[in-house]
Amino acid sequence: MTGNMHLGVEEPIRECQYNQICTHNSSTMDTPHTKKKKIKRKWQVFPGRNKFYCNGRIMMAKQTGVFYLTVVLILVTSGLFFAFDCPFLASNLTPAIPAIGGVLFIFVMGMLLRASFSDPGVLPRATPEEAADIERQIDTANGPSGPGYRPPPRTREVLINGQTVKLKYCFTCKIFRPPRASHCSLCDNCVERFDHHCPWVGNCVGRRNYRFFYLFILSLSLLTIFIFAFVITHVILRSNRTGFLSALKDSPASVLEVVVCFFSIWSIVGLSGFHTYLISSNQTTNEDIKGSWSSKRGKGNYNPYSYGNLITNCCAALCGPLPPSLIDRRGFVQPDTPQPVAQTNGTGACPSNQVQSHMT
Amino acid sequence: MAETHSLQDLRQAAVASKVFVQRDYTSGTICKFQIKFPAELESRIDKQQFEETIQTLNNLYAEAEKLGGRSYLEGCLACLTAYTIFLCMETHYEKVLKKIAKYIQEQNEKIYAPLGLLLTDPIERGLRVVEITIFEDRSIGSR
Repeated sequence: MTGNMHLGVEEPIRECQYNQICTHNSSTMDTPHTKKKKIKRKWQVFPGRNKFYCNGRIMMAKQTGVFYLTVVLILVTSGLFFAFDCPFLASNLTPAIPAIGGVLFIFVMGMLLRASFSDPGVLPRATPEEAADIERQIDTANGPSGPGYRPPPRTREVLINGQTVKLKYCFTCKIFRPPRASHCSLCDNCVERFDHHCPWVGNCVGRRNYRFFYLFILSLSLLTIFIFAFVITHVILRSNRTGFLSALKDSPASVLEVVVCFFSIWSIVGLSGFHTYLISSNQTTNEDIKGSWSSKRGKGNYNPYSYGNLITNCCAALCGPLPPSLIDRRGFVQPDTPQPVAQTNGTGACPSNQVQSHMT
Repeated sequence: MAETHSLQDLRQAAVASKVFVQRDYTSGTICKFQIKFPAELESRIDKQQFEETIQTLNNLYAEAEKLGGRSYLEGCLACLTAYTIFLCMETHYEKVLKKIAKYIQEQNEKIYAPLGLLLTDPIERGLRVVEITIFEDRSIGSR
């Protein structure tokens, strides 16, 4: 069956024929658990706690309320800026101001949507055979255990660039987590290079969307500072002509914008600064919070993933190759693979029926 | 070798067991598989052949994840176009994954299927393992 998976061209044909077999030859199909009226896509049977939109193209966390708040805040503040402050600034200073503001705004929204909608780097759960194989390896490694004896925690140690790193076993996903991966309890997935779960973005931040997240907060800092600075400029210029209070009366939206921007700047600029530090030292938020590579842990403790060079760390995080999604959300769920020899031969016959029907 | 299983025949055969080649994390988080020869394959395939297959796979994955002028250029260009450029063109990683899929198919057809084995592309297992399916060897008497 695995040979079929490479021949992507055959898939649409198989889908049509499979439906036909189901409705006409239902009596000969002796495996009711594989009989489906409709072929499902993999996102529909995804075991994690994620929400999917646009037939699997968009992937988000379960709780997305705060994400909508983020979008509304950005849209409203920027909208007010373009509607109320830009006409004055464009005519009195330069039309470059709304132009630059516009570019910044589009970039911010683009990066936000990209960070929110992409797969952060979710690791698919182990297949039953893989899980059984790993269990066997763990049992032989731990040795026989009598009743009442608690088995030691399932960990594997690996030497990476001179540092001993412990790989933990994930009981939910039934895999040994790769280094830097972590299980997100909110999304119930193991995520590669797990940074943190961001409610503002409505998704986990991991290997595949970290650069979008970073560019989002960086560009949002610039946008917030930009709007803040130019709204203040607008109010000052108006006050010079008509006095401060009447300036505020003429442009009430400016007050709202200043308040939103003032409070946002502290948090967003601070966050950008923090993530700039993390990128330059090639650490994740998770590692920084736990102090995994801090010198406080021990004299010889250092970050084995850092390239040693600030520029290389930054380039690797932001311009490195973008790995593809490992979970194949829009792929079709394959019929069951052949059972091992220990099972009855009846199930062995069924897949061959399906194979023959594809040939016709 | 008297067994002449082809890729088609294997679909009819029964699965005896599966062997999993795990990831090798000693070089960090890059995609690399362990070269260690699994004991279950000792009677089926030549150790050197197997190691060569895994080593070639490792080299291909290293090429996909390589940091260098080309990947930086692609990254910068993508950022400047707000990542819309990937709507029309494939990333370098995806191109190499296609190369890997072709290589695995080729290896299966030429070497592994005639020995009653089947390699599964690691991308179908989330790049966690190289799954090798060992099929029941019906013509074992001819050895």
